Amino acid sequence: MPPSDPYAGERLKHSHFHERQAPMNLRDAWSSWNGFKFADYYYDETYEYFCIRNTCGTYDICPMQKYMIEGPDALAMLNRMVTRDLRKLGVNRVTYVCWCTDSGRMIDDGTIFRLGEERFMLTCGSPSLAWLRKSSLGFDELSITEYTEDFAALSLQGPTSFAVLKRMGLEAVGELKPFGIMHLPFNGSSLMISRTGFTGDLGYELWIEPSQALPLWDALYSAGEDYGIHPYGEAATNMARMESAFIMPDMEFNEALKTINFEYDQTPLELNLGWLVDFKKPHFNGRAALLEQKKRGPKRMLVKLDIEGNKPADGSILYSNKRCSKEIGYVTSGMWSPAVKANIALAMVDTDALQGEIWAEVYYERELRHRHKVARCTPKDKPFWAPARARQTPPGDY
Amino acid sequence: MSTYDTIVIGAGHNGLICATLLAKAGQRVLVLEASDSQGGLAASREFHPGFHASVAQSFYALPANLIKDLDLAKHGFELADSCLHTIALSPDEAPIIIGDESVSGVSADDASAYQTYRRQLKTFSAALAPFWEKTMPGIGGNSLKELLTFAHMGLKLRMLGKDDMLEFLRVASLPMRDLVDEHFKSEALKAALCWDGIVGSKLAPRSPNQAVLTLLNRMAGAHAGQHSLPAGGVAAFVSALGAAAQAAGVEIRLGTAVKQVLIEGDEDGQRCRGVVLTSGETVNAAKVVSSADPKTTFLKLVGTPYLEIEFSNRIRRLRCDGFVAKLHLALKGRPQFTGVSTPDGRIILAPSMDAIEFAFDDAKYGDSSEHPVMEILIPSLHQPDLAPAGQHVLSAQVMYVPAHPEGGWTEERRQALREKLMAVLERYAPGIGELTLGMELLTPADLETQYHVSGGHWHHAEPAIDQLLMMRPTYEAAQYRTPIEGLYLCGAGAHPGGDLSGNPGRNAAREILA
Ligand SMILES: Cc1cc2nc3c(=O)[nH]c(=O)nc-3n(C[C@H](O)[C@H](O)[C@H](O)COP(=O)(O)OP(=O)(O)OC[C@H]3O[C@@H](n4cnc5c(N)ncnc54)[C@H](O)[C@@H]3O)c2cc1C
Repeated sequence: MPPSDPYAGERLKHSHFHERQAPMNLRDAWSSWNGFKFADYYYDETYEYFCIRNTCGTYDICPMQKYMIEGPDALAMLNRMVTRDLRKLGVNRVTYVCWCTDSGRMIDDGTIFRLGEERFMLTCGSPSLAWLRKSSLGFDELSITEYTEDFAALSLQGPTSFAVLKRMGLEAVGELKPFGIMHLPFNGSSLMISRTGFTGDLGYELWIEPSQALPLWDALYSAGEDYGIHPYGEAATNMARMESAFIMPDMEFNEALKTINFEYDQTPLELNLGWLVDFKKPHFNGRAALLEQKKRGPKRMLVKLDIEGNKPADGSILYSNKRCSKEIGYVTSGMWSPAVKANIALAMVDTDALQGEIWAEVYYERELRHRHKVARCTPKDKPFWAPARARQTPPGDY
Repeated sequence: MSTYDTIVIGAGHNGLICATLLAKAGQRVLVLEASDSQGGLAASREFHPGFHASVAQSFYALPANLIKDLDLAKHGFELADSCLHTIALSPDEAPIIIGDESVSGVSADDASAYQTYRRQLKTFSAALAPFWEKTMPGIGGNSLKELLTFAHMGLKLRMLGKDDMLEFLRVASLPMRDLVDEHFKSEALKAALCWDGIVGSKLAPRSPNQAVLTLLNRMAGAHAGQHSLPAGGVAAFVSALGAAAQAAGVEIRLGTAVKQVLIEGDEDGQRCRGVVLTSGETVNAAKVVSSADPKTTFLKLVGTPYLEIEFSNRIRRLRCDGFVAKLHLALKGRPQFTGVSTPDGRIILAPSMDAIEFAFDDAKYGDSSEHPVMEILIPSLHQPDLAPAGQHVLSAQVMYVPAHPEGGWTEERRQALREKLMAVLERYAPGIGELTLGMELLTPADLETQYHVSGGHWHHAEPAIDQLLMMRPTYEAAQYRTPIEGLYLCGAGAHPGGDLSGNPGRNAAREILA
């Protein structure tokens, strides 16, 4: 018998793609996500970012939480839980959703896949089984199954992603519209492909039974060899999502069920996700509280800022004047965007200060000398990065 | 199709009181009651041919002003002038007779301590009185009205004076045992005095929680919480309430169970529109007030799909299992309790606080008490029409009997309990078995099915600190309003809780009319 491992319970799990990903993690840059060993980056975060924007890359979404909600009550239960109207979601379509506490504070965001009339898959960043169970009280005709490890799931993002799939013999995917789902045969199994992702670019998410994980990987990498395919980690994802102005837990929002201080969490309205909140629906969790907030107007809002200069404003405090005498908010995440060639940021700003000037006090360093400067910020309406190719159907063959 | 301003679910005393007050204010009110008789847990039923009894057997929490407000005297009900004394029996000692201000059968020290004890409790009870007849302020609410309620309650407490106020804060959360231990020596006296703090709750003398608050709440009734039973008994109260309701124009439909609260939803949200009956009939009304317990109201009649998720789960978690069973005996003659000349008081069969505590332990772990303790009344001595001439009814509250014992209420388990109860009675009233013509045992499970109360709970929901005051039955429904527009609560599950006090019904009506 091998000596038993005293830390067995503490060790990180390996994703279905680990066998292929581990050797490619040249820097051993691992962190963790939901108990899985998870790459921050494989080689270099900027390089991986450029793969997403110029060629294509794969991102392991095995650790992302997945739940199958099935049965005659599934639609009603989910529709009461999330703020959007799921009755409008067709079979084989995906939608971005968020869900809130009774008081309208956002618990998490995620996507719902309608796989059948009475079959839905919810995916999200953090474990949500307890909340799903609470939400299903009184909806007796449904089952909720944890599905996280039952799918080998990989995100394939970037302009050449379609070309790679085509080379694999999956050209039918060309017909798939954004947020659509398709099932195609692969290696004697069924591959589910959704045109979804977290990069704001052309891209797909691939879902297959775990035993097919490595064959799928090998097929992708062999087809993608000439198309610049490369695995990317959390760091590159974070850059891409910031350019697309997608929010991130622990950056833009605190999951409400984990927030300790009163109202240190956020509502969807504060996060500029008002478009996700369908007040025409007679009831959904948090509706009354959100309606109240809508009437009064949220005190602060998430905004997109274009900041002068090139020093990332990550963590900066925002002021209403250049003298920095009145605080009006803070930057939640910021970076120099190579694709847009701009100094971009997402920030929480007091609503009543949005009409006036916004200045960021930016701290930076040059060869260990710490400095700061005050930079003018300009709010932007549109995501910083939203290329037409992301929506084009059939997609271009780059 | 007729429509009403308000539909009241349940013709228990709170439902009737609420309905009457609404009708008096000019509303068209319909009361729908599942049972064939009105009164809820206070309804009188024939449990053996010619013998009648009600689950609630005496008054102690009923405020005198309610009787005046509803003009119940005109409809045949008045409080008794005098109270029932409490008789504490123990097998080997002389009975202890407890009155409002004096006690006999104990040492001179205990007798004088009793006066101090009652005086102090009455002071506290008076200071707390505004709590029971008012709507609790909402948590986090800071409307002027709510602030004033707080201020008013605070002021009343402050008027106690510093010493009394500090003393109140000290004793408010004591277990009953610690409270009475501070004053008395006699075990049987202490056991009897514990009773009114704990009966109806999942509490024993040693349990910390709300026993003292419950006692003080009950003492806000007429006669400072002393039990009483007027001529006509509990039945007269219920029929007077029914008559007052009808005189005010309330329509009452018995044998009409509500299956569902009708909720309408559109772009403007949800609101209550009436009810659907088990017959399938729909009755419309702008407002619905439920005196059914909170679990029944929200989980069965409304349904969680219409509610918020955290709220629904708080209701699901409400502790609603009762621990008091009811025993009714049909007796062919007057029972003789050893040492008691006339058993016309309220008899407590609990020789010591430990006897209660150990009885509780059995139930705590899932079974009925091996040695049950009880409170007994012979109501037919006060209200002869409960039994044929010369015959009597014994009515007893039995602690502790779980609602859902492991393995369920089999006939075997019931029979074992009946035998245990008769054995206890036989010890104190030899020959009572011989007198017994018939018997009805109502476990909490029976109360649940026959009286439509979740868990058969005395208070509809355990009145523990986390389910009391501004958290009764839970926050966001603690001001009689509920998260559903137009739906209100008015039963024992609402503030301030159970007992025949009428406070939930009266407070709810005021809130609805506000
Ligand atoms: C064993 C026991 C002994 C007690 N003894 C005493 C005592 O001696 N003195 C005292 O003051 N208190 C006593 N109590 C407490 C007291 O009886 C109750 O707290 C009080 O009666 C509650 O009144 P209520 O009107 O709020 O509810 P209830 O009396 O329970 O009335 C609720 C009514 O709603 C009806 N209902 C429920 N669901 C529906 C539906 N779907 N459709 C239509 N109708 C419905 C029920 O049938 C019931 O009639 C006792 C309680 C118990 C359990």
